[in-house]
Amino acid sequence: MSVPLLEVEGLTVTFPTARGPVDVVRGISFSLGRERLGIVGESGSGKSMTGRSILRLIRPPGHVSAGRLVFDGIDLLALSERRMRALRGARISMVMQDPKFSLNPVMTVGEQIAEALLTHAKLPRRALKARVLSMLEAVRINDPERVAGLYPHEVSGGMGQRVMIAMMLIPEPDLLIADEPTSALDVSVQAQVLDIIDDLVTGKGMGLILISHDLNLVARYCDRILVMNGGEIVEECRASELHLARHPYTRGLLAAMPRMDEDRDVLPVLDRGAWTTGAGT
Amino acid sequence: MSATAIHLENLSISYGKTPVVHDVAFSVAEGESFALVGESGSGKSTILRAISGLAPEWTGAIAILGKPRGHAPDRDFAKVCQMVFQDPYGSLHPRKTVDDCLAEPLAIHGIGGRDARVRDMLAAVGLDQRFRFRFPHQLSGGQRQRVAIARALMLSPRVLLLDEPTSALDVSVQAEILNLLKKLRREQGLTYLMVTHNLPVVSFLCDRLAVMRHGRVVEIADVSALKTGRLADPYSRELYAASGGALQPA
Ligand SMILES: Nc1ncnc2c1ncn2[C@@H]1O[C@H](COP(=O)(O)OP(=O)(O)O)[C@@H](O)[C@H]1O
Ligand SMILES: Nc1ncnc2c1ncn2[C@@H]1O[C@H](COP(=O)(O)OP(=O)(O)O)[C@@H](O)[C@H]1O
Ligand SMILES: [Mg+2]
Ligand SMILES: [Mg+2]
Repeated sequence: MSVPLLEVEGLTVTFPTARGPVDVVRGISFSLGRERLGIVGESGSGKSMTGRSILRLIRPPGHVSAGRLVFDGIDLLALSERRMRALRGARISMVMQDPKFSLNPVMTVGEQIAEALLTHAKLPRRALKARVLSMLEAVRINDPERVAGLYPHEVSGGMGQRVMIAMMLIPEPDLLIADEPTSALDVSVQAQVLDIIDDLVTGKGMGLILISHDLNLVARYCDRILVMNGGEIVEECRASELHLARHPYTRGLLAAMPRMDEDRDVLPVLDRGAWTTGAGT
Repeated sequence: MSATAIHLENLSISYGKTPVVHDVAFSVAEGESFALVGESGSGKSTILRAISGLAPEWTGAIAILGKPRGHAPDRDFAKVCQMVFQDPYGSLHPRKTVDDCLAEPLAIHGIGGRDARVRDMLAAVGLDQRFRFRFPHQLSGGQRQRVAIARALMLSPRVLLLDEPTSALDVSVQAEILNLLKKLRREQGLTYLMVTHNLPVVSFLCDRLAVMRHGRVVEIADVSALKTGRLADPYSRELYAASGGALQPA
């Protein structure tokens, strides 16, 4: 096997609380190639903290420790903050849930996408503009000239999220971390946005970490799935084999979801006592 | 044939000068569970708001259990029809205990026996009595939604308007609330008009659905058409496919 793009070993994220330090991510390990990895679990299971740790975006008093955190041969734990900043965006990008909080309200869409590229590369103006327009086209915006001139409040949620994706992918990073990228969007728009992410990631041979609470969605758009519960990875499986999941938590989540052809009178509810070790909640 | 619980005819609704719902008509039978689905901004919540008196600028006709609804606020209306919102955090007063919150509708309507009624209702929605004197921030999301449902049921209404009641919840908690709604409907013969964007939730809890787009109803179908992938309207079918359904010929 080739060298993985990302290696995570013994990742722990700790927060101080009134009752002492709490590990919200508890020594998890996984690796990622140029593939699509899904991280699923219920709210509070530690998915976002895991994603943010990779970019070293956990703010104090949160504390990250790990045995190994290596991206493309680079030891992220040993990197200076200055070099980490250069890596963020250029080589590892992150798309978050709500574009409204991530876009700058006083800059046009086009200016923001251009800036995302200029931070990492020098380009003449004309070439820059062409890159921005072709990136907007790549996220399936039909009239890129017009949209480039709009401000964030002038675009819909789905278009805002496509603009975010354009910003994150224009520097051509090797790894995209998408944290609930479509949870704020309509079902029909969700599929469009995920198809766009999928095309770009697959087309450029990037790695993708797709974080979501939605098992079906992750099963549809990923190759491999990690299931998190209480800061731990309780199950790892191929996306196509999610229905064969073994862990009672994963099985419980799958069973609790209503199905399109639902005929059960009662939905089974999780029996959390069935596997919790007593730690955490 | 049972009586009609909700009857809407030529219903058009505006906010100020902006019309947002156009010419909607459907009836929900007593004891039926009816879903409103469709893209965000299509006017689903606005229909519930007009029925409950929160969006007064409408034309057409609204009748609940055979009684036409006027445009003015209507106190008696609360006794037959109540609304439950998506975000119980926003709909519960942060400085009122569960007990205050449940007893309040009874106090407003001058109804006695509050203590026993609060206790019974907590039991009906599956909340332990120890939650009775807690504040909303001391409850989980699922527990808060149980309180919101209990509050809506305090006056023994016949009709519940449910606006995305489980959209903010994790799937395991959603399952608990959906089971609760199904049980309450069966036990109390309630009628539901529920807004949701989740088609499988419709399959679990509803008998029929209306699909909305741009302020209009584009299709009304039996839930069997949803379960078997045989919705007819192109937009309904798009929604169905985007939700992971496998389309069949209509
Ligand atoms: N600043 C903080 N202090 C203490 N605990 C925190 C803080 N931020 C997040 N947490 C806790 O960390 C856990 C994991 O959070 P997160 O990774 O955001 O979960 P997820 O993304 O899976 O919903 C949660 O239980 C959350 O309450
Ligand atoms: N209080 C309000 N004032 C003005 N416009 C509103 C108000 N509430 C909703 N709208 C608008 O009415 C339309 C329908 O909204 P809504 O009924 O909330 O849609 P849905 O519930 O289907 O997502 C939207 O365009 C929305 O922006
Ligand atoms: Mg998260
Ligand atoms: Mg709504």
